[in-house]
Amino acid sequence: MNIAVCVKRVPLSGGRWVLNADSTDIDTESSFLGFTLSPHEECAAEAAVQLVEANGGSSTVISLGVAESAEQIRDLLAVGIDRGVVVETDGTEWDPQATAAALTEQVRAGVPDAGAFDLVLLGTEAADTADYQVGIRMAHALGWPVVTNVKGLTISDGVARCERAVGSHREVYEVALPAVITVKDGINIPRYPSVPGRIKARKKPIDTVAGEHPAPRLEKVRLELPEVEERSATVLGTGADAVPALVDVFRQIGVI
Amino acid sequence: MIVVYADHDLGILDPLSLQAVTAAKALDADVQVLVVGADGRSTADELGAHGATVVHLAVHDALTDYTPLAAARAAQQLVTELSPQAVISAGTPRGNEVLAHLGALLDAPMSADTVSITLSASGDHEVVRNRWGGNLLETAIVHAPVLLATIAPHTVTAVESPESVTMREFTPALDPIDTAVRVIDRTGGGGGGIGLADARVIVSGGRGVGSAEGFESLDQLAELLGGAVGCSRVVTSAGWRPHSEQVGQTGTKVAPDLYIACGISGATQHIAGCRSAKTIIAINTDKDAPIMGFAHYAVIGDLHSVMPALVEATRAAKG
Repeated sequence: MNIAVCVKRVPLSGGRWVLNADSTDIDTESSFLGFTLSPHEECAAEAAVQLVEANGGSSTVISLGVAESAEQIRDLLAVGIDRGVVVETDGTEWDPQATAAALTEQVRAGVPDAGAFDLVLLGTEAADTADYQVGIRMAHALGWPVVTNVKGLTISDGVARCERAVGSHREVYEVALPAVITVKDGINIPRYPSVPGRIKARKKPIDTVAGEHPAPRLEKVRLELPEVEERSATVLGTGADAVPALVDVFRQIGVI
Repeated sequence: MIVVYADHDLGILDPLSLQAVTAAKALDADVQVLVVGADGRSTADELGAHGATVVHLAVHDALTDYTPLAAARAAQQLVTELSPQAVISAGTPRGNEVLAHLGALLDAPMSADTVSITLSASGDHEVVRNRWGGNLLETAIVHAPVLLATIAPHTVTAVESPESVTMREFTPALDPIDTAVRVIDRTGGGGGGIGLADARVIVSGGRGVGSAEGFESLDQLAELLGGAVGCSRVVTSAGWRPHSEQVGQTGTKVAPDLYIACGISGATQHIAGCRSAKTIIAINTDKDAPIMGFAHYAVIGDLHSVMPALVEATRAAKG
């Protein structure tokens, strides 16, 4: 089974957000906190590694983004992904339709000497733009079924059984491969890279292809920080001495 | 005219769908709602009470439970038939999913998690949408004849606006491929606990709780207040609590009357999930923790001494 995992390099969010001078992006220079992947996508990569461990095959990480996205891919190679592909951009943000088209092209290309992909895994939504649609658009372009918001996944005999959490119960879906599945944080606990894993990762291939950016149809104009009610918590007290005041608050707001 | 896709589960309307109807009413008085599946018939009165003029009920033998692509097919047929200015839905997992399928079917952009919409006759609609779980707002232009958008949860309060609603049944034309992905079974649930999304009170624990056992007093307080227990991502990663209880950008986004944050520092990804709470109480040893900038009330101290005393006092106060 050949599995593709699509991931996106995003700034590591701290407690404070700083925008660039024309308010079109996060200022990652002066508020530098490094870069990471969405938790959903870390889980997608972990799921791919586990599926290949259990069933054989290969895993490929595909990322649309700047050349430095290779850093995040390298981290995933260190936890067991076999190879990476960067679809390189100039740092301009691509809208979901353009992103899905570029990633689909790489899925269609398959794995060198190992054939076509059987499964594409993504996070249900990216940490930054949270568009909730790239996986679905890829499935339409590929003519494959898609299940989203997946928190439980098993594959046997070419059929993926997917569980999705809804309130206090789980819905079950089954789809025949090839398929696109978008997962949520909580489907597994991603492993940390080991030192031998890091050493092995250095020898694994990361290919770079150039992306061609079509005109955006969901066109970002500017970003802003939401107006947050400046609040400073009213301190009710220290330690257990504050308990009577807490009970008064419960009464005031009518929960007891 | 605006079409709203209503998210319901076996005939129970997701309350966020009513917020979507209210958001649609602000754009146009004529709000027509798509309800998919015969079991959705029961939602018509509630939709009418909130301002739906027509409920289009998509009925088909293959539609026995939630079937995302088929729902989008039904919406596509309404778009062709009614030429609405916009199709909107609640920003629920299902709403986002069905609108994304519709976007793919129409080869049209879709704005998810939208907080405001300005429609334009020229087809360059302006939206403001959440990024980073609402920590940033993006203003964007959606270049499309019909705007497709999902409404961010709890940015609109659902208001009643009664209309004499007309019910119209139709049978969408579906191919077998449209119904290939559907709910085939349901597992779990029935535990009797109150779901996070519906809880009026959430007692939530973070790193400061220290262990799975440390949640005992949180469980007790939640039970006394008729609420649910939540937690931060650190807690689920440590395996102290199940992921279904995780509040935050990658967990559940909640809007209870009361959110009690015990030993939670208040990382942006957690705040994204609880900022809509009406009242937030923080119990934390660190008076400078980021949560203090979001909480209404705070107790500075170790939750391990505060919580058991609070459980006792609450029990006594309830008599």
